[in-house]
Amino acid sequence: MMNLLKNLLAWVDERFPLTSTWKAHASEYYAPKNFNFWYFFGGLALLVLVIQIVSGIFLTMNYKPDALFAFASVEYIMRDVQLGWILRNIHSTGASMFFIVIYLHMFRGLMYGSYRKPRELLWIIGMIIYLALMGEAFMGYLLPWGQMSFWGAQVIVNLFSSVPFVGQDLAILIRGDFVVSDITLNRFFALHVVAIPLILVLIIVAHLVALHEVGSNNPDGIEIKKNKGPDGHPVDGIPFFPYMVVKDAVAAVAFLIVFVSVVFFAPDMGGYFLEYNNFVPANPMKTPEHIAPVWYFTPYYAILRAVPPLFGSQFPGVVAMGVATVIFFALPWLDRGQVKSIRYRGPIYKAFLASFVVSFVGLGYLGLMPATELYTWISRVLAVVYFAFFFLMPWYTKIDKCKPEPDRVTSK
Amino acid sequence: MTENVDQSKRRMLLAATAAAGGVAAAGAGAPFVMSLMPSERAKAAGAPVEVDISAIEPGTMISIEWQGKPVWIVRRTPEMLDLLAKHDGDLADPSSSVPQQPEYCNNATRSIKPEVLVVLGVCTHLGCSPTFRPEVSPADLGANWAGGWFCPCHGSRFDLAARVFKGVPAPTNLIIPPHQYLSETRLLVGDDDKSKLKGGQPADKGATA
Repeated sequence: MMNLLKNLLAWVDERFPLTSTWKAHASEYYAPKNFNFWYFFGGLALLVLVIQIVSGIFLTMNYKPDALFAFASVEYIMRDVQLGWILRNIHSTGASMFFIVIYLHMFRGLMYGSYRKPRELLWIIGMIIYLALMGEAFMGYLLPWGQMSFWGAQVIVNLFSSVPFVGQDLAILIRGDFVVSDITLNRFFALHVVAIPLILVLIIVAHLVALHEVGSNNPDGIEIKKNKGPDGHPVDGIPFFPYMVVKDAVAAVAFLIVFVSVVFFAPDMGGYFLEYNNFVPANPMKTPEHIAPVWYFTPYYAILRAVPPLFGSQFPGVVAMGVATVIFFALPWLDRGQVKSIRYRGPIYKAFLASFVVSFVGLGYLGLMPATELYTWISRVLAVVYFAFFFLMPWYTKIDKCKPEPDRVTSK
Repeated sequence: MTENVDQSKRRMLLAATAAAGGVAAAGAGAPFVMSLMPSERAKAAGAPVEVDISAIEPGTMISIEWQGKPVWIVRRTPEMLDLLAKHDGDLADPSSSVPQQPEYCNNATRSIKPEVLVVLGVCTHLGCSPTFRPEVSPADLGANWAGGWFCPCHGSRFDLAARVFKGVPAPTNLIIPPHQYLSETRLLVGDDDKSKLKGGQPADKGATA
């Protein structure tokens, strides 16, 4: 029997790089041995992707992308389809969980300088994934055709109409209509279930290929490839399979406990994962009393609201919001620090990173709140802090007093 | 062999092939892009809407649907009209210099008939539909509030001529859609082309009143 399998494998290997691919990306891909808590989130993001794809496929079997039936079909899934409510709650919880995991994954990159040379392209591909994910989440949010779906889409599409000269036509091109309508719903459905998932899977593969080309960073921010043993493998590395896989499996179990707890006991998460207004069918004639995007967009939304109209146009606020999202692309070239990891950075970087986290979380909170005068001013201050982290980076990382990096990785 | 290659001819052929391919790609792309633009049915949905305004009580408004958007028709009381002139200093564009209205509504009340305001109920900030707050000085909007609209999304404020106040997110006054009177009580929203009406309608009288 074993012989037969061996022969089969040999037969395949002559025709397809099966064993060599497995070795290159798993059994002989060496990852730093000092990975810590923060290194769980890449694998978890992959897990959530699978959860979203599988639950999404099964939801489309009962969902109807038609303005007349969409809201009712979601209710049908929740009430009449056997265990359909689990599928729907998995998918809606998965959306928020995806962003929690991705934000922690990105924060890890900030802490340990994972965007620095030679990982610039890896970081950029990751940022493209993040943008695609935002598009995917935004379009998916229209599909239940509730009040928040409708008015959220209305507000976001209107952001594009503030672009000078071409804005109105651009918004019409996105909607396919003069208002958010059945046509918009139908095309967002197509993009949400076919186009963007395809793109996402492709760029995630590119992300992994790029990662395995340059090798993983680690909490010490030093290159393990510089110190190889007689066998040609990094002395501070251990094979991804089985060691890292086992480690990630533990994280996956812990994560899934949290995940199913939300699915079963708090699927709306107090109005943060599923907003209450979205249990009311879309009504183009009446805006709800208070609208806010889902929590994962609110930091940017708060920045948008913080910028007052200039020259009779809302466009500056839209630009600020856009810059706040894409500024991450520039990180590899903004950072002039001598070391990568926060462990060996000086106090200035630590202070800036801490204030950035405060501004991001603070803006996220303010974006959920109604825009009062006080809140708008706090948003303005936090937006300045947010941008200061990036725009002052070339200066403060240069003058910061760094500690010497160790020669070998350490385990704290 | 390689010496005999005519490089300039090769470049010319490459450029010609690329150009022809580019034209073909643009042509092939046309149906994909055009299918994203509003369909004939979507365009037809923008047809004008006829409304009977006789039942609107003074001081109240009705909301009708035109092009899938709310259009408000308000019958303002004389007191409301009096208040309109008293806060020009607080408005971003009191004289409606930004063309957010047809020429025939570029006046102090932004309307054809002073008491009847016809306005697109879509905030010029990000497209929410503001809430009608006709009362004077309510607790939540402050002592200076003389009636108007308040946008729940981002706090923009408009007076009873749908003019925007200073210091709010909305950059311009609300839009007055094209409209005309077919008779004293019948209003056509979305079309002000008199030539489309049957000759000798009282509409002309209403429109110039």
